[in-house]
Amino acid sequence: MAMSVIWTVMVGAAVLCGLATGNGPAVAKGALDGAAAGVELCLSMMGVMCLWTGVMEVMRRCGIADALSRLLRPVLGRLYPGYAGRQRVMDAVSANLSANLLGLGNAATPLGLEAARLMAEDSGPGGTASDGLCMLVVCNTASLQLIPTTVAGIRAAAGSANPFDILPAVWLASVISVAVGVTAAKLFARIWR
Amino acid sequence: MDLFFTMLVPCLMLAVAVTALIRRVDVWGGITDGARAGLKVSLNIMPPLVGLLTAVYMLRASGALELLGEALSPALTAIGIPPETVSLLLVRPVSGSAALGVGAELIRTYGPDSLIGRTAAVMLGSTETTFYTVAVYFGAAKIARTRYAIPAALCADAAGFLAAAWAVRLIFGGT
Repeated sequence: MAMSVIWTVMVGAAVLCGLATGNGPAVAKGALDGAAAGVELCLSMMGVMCLWTGVMEVMRRCGIADALSRLLRPVLGRLYPGYAGRQRVMDAVSANLSANLLGLGNAATPLGLEAARLMAEDSGPGGTASDGLCMLVVCNTASLQLIPTTVAGIRAAAGSANPFDILPAVWLASVISVAVGVTAAKLFARIWR
Repeated sequence: MDLFFTMLVPCLMLAVAVTALIRRVDVWGGITDGARAGLKVSLNIMPPLVGLLTAVYMLRASGALELLGEALSPALTAIGIPPETVSLLLVRPVSGSAALGVGAELIRTYGPDSLIGRTAAVMLGSTETTFYTVAVYFGAAKIARTRYAIPAALCADAAGFLAAAWAVRLIFGGT
Protein backbone atom coordinates (compact mmCIF):
# COMPACT_ATOMS: atom_id res chain seq x y z
CA MET A 1 0.00 0.00 0.00
CA ALA A 2 2.79 2.39 0.93
CA MET A 3 4.37 1.84 -2.48
CA SER A 4 1.09 2.58 -4.28
CA VAL A 5 0.93 5.98 -2.60
CA ILE A 6 4.62 6.71 -3.21
CA TRP A 7 4.40 5.75 -6.89
CA THR A 8 1.31 7.87 -7.41
CA VAL A 9 2.95 10.83 -5.66
CA MET A 10 6.08 10.45 -7.80
CA VAL A 11 4.10 10.37 -11.06
CA GLY A 12 1.81 13.16 -9.88
CA ALA A 13 4.73 15.40 -8.88
CA ALA A 14 6.42 14.71 -12.22
CA VAL A 15 3.31 15.62 -14.25
CA LEU A 16 2.48 18.75 -12.25
CA CYS A 17 6.07 19.97 -12.05
CA GLY A 18 6.59 19.17 -15.73
CA LEU A 19 3.58 21.25 -16.72
CA ALA A 20 4.59 24.11 -14.41
CA THR A 21 8.18 24.29 -15.68
CA GLY A 22 7.34 23.63 -19.32
CA ASN A 23 9.06 20.24 -19.24
CA GLY A 24 5.83 18.38 -20.15
CA PRO A 25 7.12 16.72 -23.36
CA ALA A 26 10.29 15.62 -21.58
CA VAL A 27 8.17 13.98 -18.85
CA ALA A 28 6.21 12.07 -21.50
CA LYS A 29 9.43 10.87 -23.12
CA GLY A 30 10.86 10.05 -19.67
CA ALA A 31 8.05 7.59 -19.01
CA LEU A 32 8.92 5.57 -22.13
CA ASP A 33 12.69 5.77 -21.58
CA GLY A 34 12.32 4.77 -17.94
CA ALA A 35 10.34 1.63 -18.72
CA ALA A 36 12.95 0.54 -21.26
CA ALA A 37 15.76 1.37 -18.83
CA GLY A 38 14.19 -0.91 -16.19
CA VAL A 39 14.43 -3.93 -18.48
CA GLU A 40 17.93 -3.00 -19.69
CA LEU A 41 19.25 -2.54 -16.17
CA CYS A 42 17.82 -5.85 -15.02
CA LEU A 43 19.29 -7.77 -17.97
CA SER A 44 22.71 -6.15 -17.62
CA MET A 45 23.06 -6.97 -13.92
CA MET A 46 21.79 -10.55 -14.25
CA GLY A 47 25.22 -12.04 -14.92
CA VAL A 48 26.95 -10.74 -11.80
CA MET A 49 23.97 -11.61 -9.60
CA CYS A 50 23.72 -15.18 -10.90
CA LEU A 51 27.47 -15.72 -10.47
CA TRP A 52 27.29 -14.65 -6.82
CA THR A 53 24.16 -16.53 -5.88
CA GLY A 54 26.01 -19.54 -7.33
CA VAL A 55 29.14 -18.96 -5.22
CA MET A 56 27.00 -18.34 -2.11
CA GLU A 57 25.12 -21.60 -2.71
CA VAL A 58 28.44 -23.50 -2.78
CA MET A 59 29.44 -21.74 0.48
CA ARG A 60 26.21 -22.87 2.09
CA ARG A 61 26.53 -26.47 0.85
CA CYS A 62 30.10 -26.96 2.03
CA GLY A 63 29.36 -25.72 5.55
CA ILE A 64 31.09 -22.31 5.45
CA ALA A 65 27.82 -20.70 6.60
CA ASP A 66 27.59 -23.12 9.56
CA ALA A 67 31.22 -22.51 10.54
CA LEU A 68 30.65 -18.74 10.45
CA SER A 69 27.57 -19.18 12.61
CA ARG A 70 29.61 -21.03 15.29
CA LEU A 71 32.28 -18.33 15.14
CA LEU A 72 29.70 -15.61 15.80
CA ARG A 73 28.16 -17.28 18.85
CA PRO A 74 30.35 -15.58 21.54
CA VAL A 75 29.75 -12.06 20.14
CA LEU A 76 26.02 -12.62 19.99
CA GLY A 77 25.87 -13.66 23.65
CA ARG A 78 26.77 -10.07 24.49
CA LEU A 79 24.20 -8.54 22.15
CA TYR A 80 21.37 -10.71 23.46
CA PRO A 81 22.10 -11.19 27.17
CA GLY A 82 18.48 -12.16 27.87
CA TYR A 83 18.65 -15.19 25.58
CA ALA A 84 22.17 -16.47 26.27
CA GLY A 85 20.84 -19.67 27.87
CA ARG A 86 18.24 -20.43 25.23
CA GLN A 87 19.90 -22.67 22.68
CA ARG A 88 17.19 -22.58 19.99
CA VAL A 89 16.97 -18.78 20.01
CA MET A 90 20.74 -18.34 19.80
CA ASP A 91 20.97 -20.98 17.03
CA ALA A 92 18.44 -19.08 14.93
CA VAL A 93 20.02 -15.67 15.70
CA SER A 94 23.55 -16.74 14.76
CA ALA A 95 22.39 -18.57 11.62
CA ASN A 96 20.44 -15.41 10.67
CA LEU A 97 23.53 -13.23 11.12
CA SER A 98 25.84 -15.53 9.16
CA ALA A 99 23.32 -15.72 6.30
CA ASN A 100 23.13 -11.91 6.34
CA LEU A 101 26.92 -11.60 6.22
CA LEU A 102 27.10 -13.95 3.23
CA GLY A 103 24.30 -12.07 1.49
CA LEU A 104 21.93 -15.07 1.52
CA GLY A 105 18.85 -12.87 1.89
CA ASN A 106 16.45 -15.70 1.10
CA ALA A 107 17.96 -17.84 3.85
CA ALA A 108 18.43 -15.01 6.37
CA THR A 109 14.80 -13.86 6.55
CA PRO A 110 13.18 -17.20 7.55
CA LEU A 111 15.93 -17.77 10.14
CA GLY A 112 15.46 -14.28 11.57
CA LEU A 113 11.70 -14.70 11.67
CA GLU A 114 12.11 -18.02 13.49
CA ALA A 115 14.25 -16.24 16.10
CA ALA A 116 11.68 -13.42 16.35
CA ARG A 117 8.85 -15.93 16.84
CA LEU A 118 10.74 -17.76 19.59
CA MET A 119 11.58 -14.48 21.36
CA ALA A 120 7.96 -13.32 21.16
CA GLU A 121 6.64 -16.48 22.82
CA ASP A 122 7.45 -14.82 26.15
CA SER A 123 5.36 -11.73 25.47
CA GLY A 124 2.29 -13.44 24.02
CA PRO A 125 0.20 -12.30 21.03
CA GLY A 126 -0.25 -8.54 20.63
CA GLY A 127 2.42 -8.12 23.27
CA THR A 128 5.35 -5.81 23.81
CA ALA A 129 8.69 -6.32 22.10
CA SER A 130 11.50 -7.53 24.37
CA ASP A 131 14.94 -5.91 24.27
CA GLY A 132 16.25 -8.95 22.41
CA LEU A 133 13.58 -8.71 19.73
CA CYS A 134 14.23 -4.98 19.23
CA MET A 135 17.95 -5.72 18.87
CA LEU A 136 17.22 -8.48 16.34
CA VAL A 137 15.07 -6.12 14.26
CA VAL A 138 17.65 -3.30 14.43
CA CYS A 139 20.41 -5.70 13.34
CA ASN A 140 18.29 -6.89 10.43
CA THR A 141 17.43 -3.35 9.30
CA ALA A 142 21.16 -2.63 9.05
CA SER A 143 22.95 -4.12 6.09
CA LEU A 144 25.61 -6.60 7.13
CA GLN A 145 26.34 -8.07 3.72
CA LEU A 146 30.08 -8.63 3.18
CA ILE A 147 29.84 -8.61 -0.63
CA PRO A 148 27.09 -6.28 -1.90
CA THR A 149 26.47 -8.22 -5.11
CA THR A 150 23.42 -6.33 -6.40
CA VAL A 151 25.16 -2.96 -6.14
CA ALA A 152 28.28 -4.40 -7.76
CA GLY A 153 26.02 -5.65 -10.56
CA ILE A 154 24.60 -2.18 -11.11
CA ARG A 155 28.09 -0.66 -11.17
CA ALA A 156 29.31 -3.33 -13.60
CA ALA A 157 26.31 -2.66 -15.83
CA ALA A 158 27.15 1.07 -15.82
CA GLY A 159 30.69 0.31 -17.00
CA SER A 160 32.66 0.69 -13.78
CA ALA A 161 36.40 0.06 -14.08
CA ASN A 162 36.28 -2.06 -10.93
CA PRO A 163 32.75 -2.75 -9.60
CA PHE A 164 34.07 -4.09 -6.28
CA ASP A 165 36.38 -1.18 -5.44
CA ILE A 166 33.68 0.17 -3.10
CA LEU A 167 34.06 -2.81 -0.72
CA PRO A 168 36.18 -1.05 1.95
CA ALA A 169 33.84 1.98 1.90
CA VAL A 170 30.78 -0.28 2.19
CA TRP A 171 32.32 -2.18 5.12
CA LEU A 172 33.29 1.03 6.91
CA ALA A 173 29.83 2.55 6.42
CA SER A 174 28.10 -0.70 7.45
CA VAL A 175 30.16 -1.04 10.61
CA ILE A 176 29.42 2.57 11.62
CA SER A 177 25.72 2.15 10.82
CA VAL A 178 25.44 -1.10 12.81
CA ALA A 179 27.44 0.31 15.72
CA VAL A 180 25.17 3.36 15.92
CA GLY A 181 22.06 1.15 15.67
CA VAL A 182 23.23 -1.22 18.41
CA THR A 183 24.32 1.64 20.67
CA ALA A 184 21.00 3.42 20.13
CA ALA A 185 19.10 0.21 20.92
CA LYS A 186 21.12 -0.41 24.10
CA LEU A 187 20.63 3.22 25.23
CA PHE A 188 16.91 3.31 24.41
CA ALA A 189 16.42 -0.02 26.20
CA ARG A 190 17.24 1.70 29.50
CA ILE A 191 14.84 4.59 29.13
CA TRP A 192 12.06 3.21 26.88
CA ARG A 193 10.09 0.65 28.89
CA MET B 1 46.06 -2.14 -1.42
CA ASP B 2 44.23 -1.53 -4.67
CA LEU B 3 45.32 -4.90 -6.05
CA PHE B 4 44.22 -6.57 -2.81
CA PHE B 5 40.63 -5.46 -3.20
CA THR B 6 40.65 -6.17 -6.93
CA MET B 7 41.84 -9.73 -6.34
CA LEU B 8 39.72 -10.31 -3.23
CA VAL B 9 36.67 -11.41 -5.18
CA PRO B 10 38.35 -13.87 -7.59
CA CYS B 11 40.44 -15.27 -4.71
CA LEU B 12 37.30 -15.72 -2.62
CA MET B 13 35.72 -17.67 -5.48
CA LEU B 14 38.79 -19.89 -5.71
CA ALA B 15 38.91 -20.45 -1.93
CA VAL B 16 35.24 -21.42 -1.83
CA ALA B 17 35.63 -23.83 -4.75
CA VAL B 18 38.73 -25.49 -3.25
CA THR B 19 37.11 -25.81 0.20
CA ALA B 20 34.02 -27.35 -1.39
CA LEU B 21 36.09 -29.83 -3.45
CA ILE B 22 38.07 -30.93 -0.38
CA ARG B 23 34.79 -31.51 1.46
CA ARG B 24 33.48 -33.46 -1.56
CA VAL B 25 30.68 -30.97 -2.23
CA ASP B 26 29.35 -30.70 -5.80
CA VAL B 27 30.85 -27.31 -6.78
CA TRP B 28 29.40 -27.21 -10.28
CA GLY B 29 25.92 -28.20 -9.08
CA GLY B 30 26.02 -25.45 -6.46
CA ILE B 31 27.14 -22.82 -8.95
CA THR B 32 24.41 -23.71 -11.44
CA ASP B 33 21.62 -24.19 -8.88
CA GLY B 34 22.56 -20.92 -7.19
CA ALA B 35 22.68 -19.10 -10.51
CA ARG B 36 19.22 -20.46 -11.31
CA ALA B 37 17.97 -18.99 -8.00
CA GLY B 38 19.72 -15.70 -8.87
CA LEU B 39 17.95 -15.68 -12.23
CA LYS B 40 14.63 -15.93 -10.41
CA VAL B 41 15.61 -13.02 -8.14
CA SER B 42 16.58 -10.92 -11.18
CA LEU B 43 13.27 -11.69 -12.88
CA ASN B 44 11.40 -10.85 -9.66
CA ILE B 45 12.99 -7.40 -9.42
CA MET B 46 12.36 -6.59 -13.09
CA PRO B 47 8.66 -5.59 -12.75
CA PRO B 48 9.28 -3.20 -9.81
CA LEU B 49 12.35 -1.79 -11.60
CA VAL B 50 10.30 -1.05 -14.72
CA GLY B 51 7.60 0.67 -12.67
CA LEU B 52 10.06 2.67 -10.60
CA LEU B 53 12.46 3.72 -13.30
CA THR B 54 9.45 5.00 -15.25
CA ALA B 55 8.46 7.21 -12.31
CA VAL B 56 12.08 8.24 -11.60
CA TYR B 57 12.74 9.18 -15.24
CA MET B 58 9.53 11.22 -15.28
CA LEU B 59 10.54 12.99 -12.06
CA ARG B 60 14.01 13.74 -13.37
CA ALA B 61 12.65 15.07 -16.67
CA SER B 62 10.15 17.29 -14.85
CA GLY B 63 12.84 19.06 -12.85
CA ALA B 64 11.14 18.19 -9.54
CA LEU B 65 14.18 16.35 -8.17
CA GLU B 66 16.44 19.31 -8.89
CA LEU B 67 14.00 21.59 -7.03
CA LEU B 68 13.92 19.25 -4.03
CA GLY B 69 17.69 18.85 -4.16
CA GLU B 70 18.15 22.62 -4.26
CA ALA B 71 15.82 23.10 -1.31
CA LEU B 72 17.69 20.57 0.82
CA SER B 73 21.17 21.08 -0.59
CA PRO B 74 22.47 23.60 1.99
CA ALA B 75 21.60 21.25 4.85
CA LEU B 76 22.96 18.15 3.08
CA THR B 77 26.15 19.86 1.92
CA ALA B 78 26.75 21.10 5.45
CA ILE B 79 26.89 17.53 6.77
CA GLY B 80 28.88 16.24 3.80
CA ILE B 81 26.21 14.39 1.79
CA PRO B 82 26.07 15.14 -1.98
CA PRO B 83 22.65 16.82 -2.53
CA GLU B 84 22.13 14.82 -5.74
CA THR B 85 21.49 11.74 -3.59
CA VAL B 86 18.47 13.30 -1.85
CA SER B 87 15.92 11.10 -3.65
CA LEU B 88 17.86 7.99 -2.60
CA LEU B 89 17.83 9.10 1.06
CA LEU B 90 14.06 9.52 0.92
CA VAL B 91 13.10 6.16 -0.61
CA ARG B 92 15.80 3.92 0.93
CA PRO B 93 14.01 3.11 4.23
CA VAL B 94 10.64 2.58 2.50
CA SER B 95 11.26 0.42 -0.53
CA GLY B 96 14.25 -1.70 -1.51
CA SER B 97 13.32 -1.94 -5.18
CA ALA B 98 12.62 1.80 -5.38
CA ALA B 99 16.01 2.55 -3.82
CA LEU B 100 17.64 0.16 -6.27
CA GLY B 101 15.99 2.00 -9.16
CA VAL B 102 16.88 5.48 -7.86
CA GLY B 103 20.44 4.41 -6.99
CA ALA B 104 20.98 2.73 -10.35
CA GLU B 105 19.78 5.86 -12.09
CA LEU B 106 22.24 8.02 -10.09
CA ILE B 107 25.08 5.61 -10.88
CA ARG B 108 24.25 5.64 -14.60
CA THR B 109 23.78 9.41 -14.79
CA TYR B 110 26.89 10.50 -12.91
CA GLY B 111 29.03 7.45 -13.77
CA PRO B 112 29.84 4.46 -11.54
CA ASP B 113 33.31 5.77 -10.71
CA SER B 114 32.26 9.33 -9.87
CA LEU B 115 31.94 10.64 -6.32
CA ILE B 116 28.13 10.70 -6.54
CA GLY B 117 27.96 7.29 -8.23
CA ARG B 118 30.19 5.73 -5.58
CA THR B 119 28.33 7.43 -2.73
CA ALA B 120 25.00 6.13 -4.06
CA ALA B 121 26.45 2.62 -4.38
CA VAL B 122 27.87 2.64 -0.84
CA MET B 123 24.58 4.00 0.55
CA LEU B 124 22.72 1.16 -1.16
CA GLY B 125 25.24 -1.40 0.08
CA SER B 126 25.37 -0.28 3.69
CA THR B 127 21.68 0.27 4.53
CA GLU B 128 18.51 -1.82 4.40
CA THR B 129 14.81 -1.34 3.74
CA THR B 130 14.05 -0.46 7.36
CA PHE B 131 10.26 -0.15 7.35
CA TYR B 132 9.78 -3.33 5.33
CA THR B 133 12.00 -5.32 7.71
CA VAL B 134 10.28 -3.90 10.80
CA ALA B 135 6.85 -4.77 9.37
CA VAL B 136 7.86 -8.32 8.44
CA TYR B 137 9.57 -9.12 11.75
CA PHE B 138 6.96 -7.69 14.11
CA GLY B 139 4.21 -9.10 11.90
CA ALA B 140 5.68 -12.60 12.11
CA ALA B 141 6.21 -12.27 15.87
CA LYS B 142 2.69 -10.84 16.36
CA ILE B 143 4.06 -7.94 18.41
CA ALA B 144 1.97 -4.76 18.65
CA ARG B 145 4.18 -2.53 20.79
CA THR B 146 7.50 -2.17 18.99
CA ARG B 147 9.00 0.22 21.57
CA TYR B 148 12.27 1.77 20.38
CA ALA B 149 12.92 -0.56 17.41
CA ILE B 150 11.99 1.97 14.69
CA PRO B 151 13.83 5.01 16.14
CA ALA B 152 16.95 2.91 16.76
CA ALA B 153 16.78 1.47 13.22
CA LEU B 154 16.41 4.98 11.75
CA CYS B 155 19.46 6.13 13.75
CA ALA B 156 21.37 3.30 12.06
CA ASP B 157 20.10 4.43 8.63
CA ALA B 158 21.07 8.06 9.18
CA ALA B 159 24.50 6.99 10.41
CA GLY B 160 24.81 4.72 7.35
CA PHE B 161 24.08 7.56 4.90
CA LEU B 162 26.52 9.92 6.59
CA ALA B 163 29.18 7.26 6.90
CA ALA B 164 28.73 6.30 3.23
CA ALA B 165 29.37 9.89 2.10
CA TRP B 166 32.35 10.27 4.43
CA ALA B 167 33.85 6.85 3.64
CA VAL B 168 33.77 7.46 -0.13
CA ARG B 169 35.46 10.82 0.35
CA LEU B 170 38.02 9.36 2.72
CA ILE B 171 38.94 6.40 0.50
CA PHE B 172 38.60 7.83 -3.01
CA GLY B 173 39.23 11.53 -2.29
CA GLY B 174 37.40 14.12 -4.37
CA THR B 175 35.28 17.06 -3.41
